[in-house]
Amino acid sequence: MATRTPGGLSTATRPVVTAHGVRRAFGETVVLDGVDLAIAPGEVVALLGGSGSGKSTLLRILAGLDPEATGEITRTGSQAVVFQEHRLLPWKRVADNVSLGVPGAGVRQRVAAALAEVGLAERGRAWPAELSGGQAQRVAFARALVREPALMLLDEPFGALDALTRLKMQTLFGRLHAEHGFAALLVTHDVDEALLLADRTLVLDDGRIVEDAPVPLSRPRAPDHPGFGPLRRHLLDRLGVRPDQDGDAGT
Amino acid sequence: MTETLVEKPTRPPAAPAATRRSGHTPRRPVRRWRRAVTPVALLLLWQAASQTGLLPPEKLSAPSAVAQTGWRLARDGTLGVHLLDSLTRAGIGLAIGGTLALVLGAIAGLLRLGDDLVDPPVQMARMLPHLGLVPLLIIWVGIGESLKITLVALGAFFPIYFNTYAGIRDIDERLVEAARTCGLGQLARIRHVVLPGALPSLFLGLRLALGAAWLSLVVGEQVNAQTGIGFLMMEAREFSQTDVVLLGLLVYALLGLLSDLALRMAERRTLTWRRGLQAV
Repeated sequence: MATRTPGGLSTATRPVVTAHGVRRAFGETVVLDGVDLAIAPGEVVALLGGSGSGKSTLLRILAGLDPEATGEITRTGSQAVVFQEHRLLPWKRVADNVSLGVPGAGVRQRVAAALAEVGLAERGRAWPAELSGGQAQRVAFARALVREPALMLLDEPFGALDALTRLKMQTLFGRLHAEHGFAALLVTHDVDEALLLADRTLVLDDGRIVEDAPVPLSRPRAPDHPGFGPLRRHLLDRLGVRPDQDGDAGT
Repeated sequence: MTETLVEKPTRPPAAPAATRRSGHTPRRPVRRWRRAVTPVALLLLWQAASQTGLLPPEKLSAPSAVAQTGWRLARDGTLGVHLLDSLTRAGIGLAIGGTLALVLGAIAGLLRLGDDLVDPPVQMARMLPHLGLVPLLIIWVGIGESLKITLVALGAFFPIYFNTYAGIRDIDERLVEAARTCGLGQLARIRHVVLPGALPSLFLGLRLALGAAWLSLVVGEQVNAQTGIGFLMMEAREFSQTDVVLLGLLVYALLGLLSDLALRMAERRTLTWRRGLQAV
């Protein structure tokens, strides 16, 4: 067992999720080779990596969607997942999608509140097919939000959106996070997005986390923030992207 | 724990799910009328040929004669009695075959073990033309009511089975996964994801099954029936009442048409979500 951080830490500072020695292989190919990870309450952690680096695999393991993985995962508090595609059930109206699996009384009010927070208060009766891509993704956020998760697992949630919608959604995410204070693991391949939203960035390479660095920028952030450029360059470098090289970057 | 729900289809579905965008672009009235011209002309031609004696009535009765016979048989209740018997057979057969198909299709679609145990024999049995089984069925269940019902049940079984199976297998695995992250257990996933997701395919299966059921009924009722539309026709043939034979055909056709229409209406009502933007 890796992580119960030693000594009398209160629940307020206990990580919402810890992973220790997570391994996952698909046949011969080892995708994750001993990943350790802890996310503190309210912390936004961006998980970067090239395509095929196992980012999404790690997120799925943390979400409990991968029974084949080995390693220790400890979760405290509830989780919700937002995927790259909205994954709304096409045969349920927006409000019923949001309330899916939510127990307890007052669900309708909570659903209405969550939809209002993502700016879709009027669309509860709509079918998912009637929504634009950005709206559908907002509903997916409302569906996560209504569960009041301690940890949101976000698998490239803005990846399928057009550039303008993506910027709006990033702003929305920042606002929701400020209001609700959930912790989040944001899987992304977009360095700018990571630097805009995250408190800490992880870089996954060759099945291991090769970099774990805080983002020392004050909020609100913007790409023209003075400290942004060097951080961006550094992260891109870690991801194997160098301005003077094209094609396959060196090791 | 639930990998059975998210298994990839192992072979192409039996029938593609119907993706119909039912005719919402209204045909211009002119064209609509134009399409009615040939059928009406043929009908008139038929009537004229009968009245001039070109068509002997014992070969083909005039449309007006068929209509008169229909009216007469409807009024004295004969038609109603036989129609009811035919409908009962179709209903019972459909219920038996459909329920069995639904249960077995769900077992094969949802459980890997069920797939391995149930699907192979069904696939093999599918190759038998079920109407060709009549001689064997007569030996097994005799020539009474059970023969007609068995035939209808057999006819309805296969389309419903295959479409249930395909409908379940075609469900987007990612939706099942999303439902899981929403905290839905296996039963709740079946209720909220699998069942509604398979419904379009089920409707398609039911429509195909109805067609097969009527066909089976036609064949079944020609074997020693004492009642039913088929009996009416066979009896009329013996007395060379061509008008009654034609009437029977017409009734069969109408039954097929009306049942399909009713099912399509039910489908449209149930599957509003598929119409997307038009639903508002």
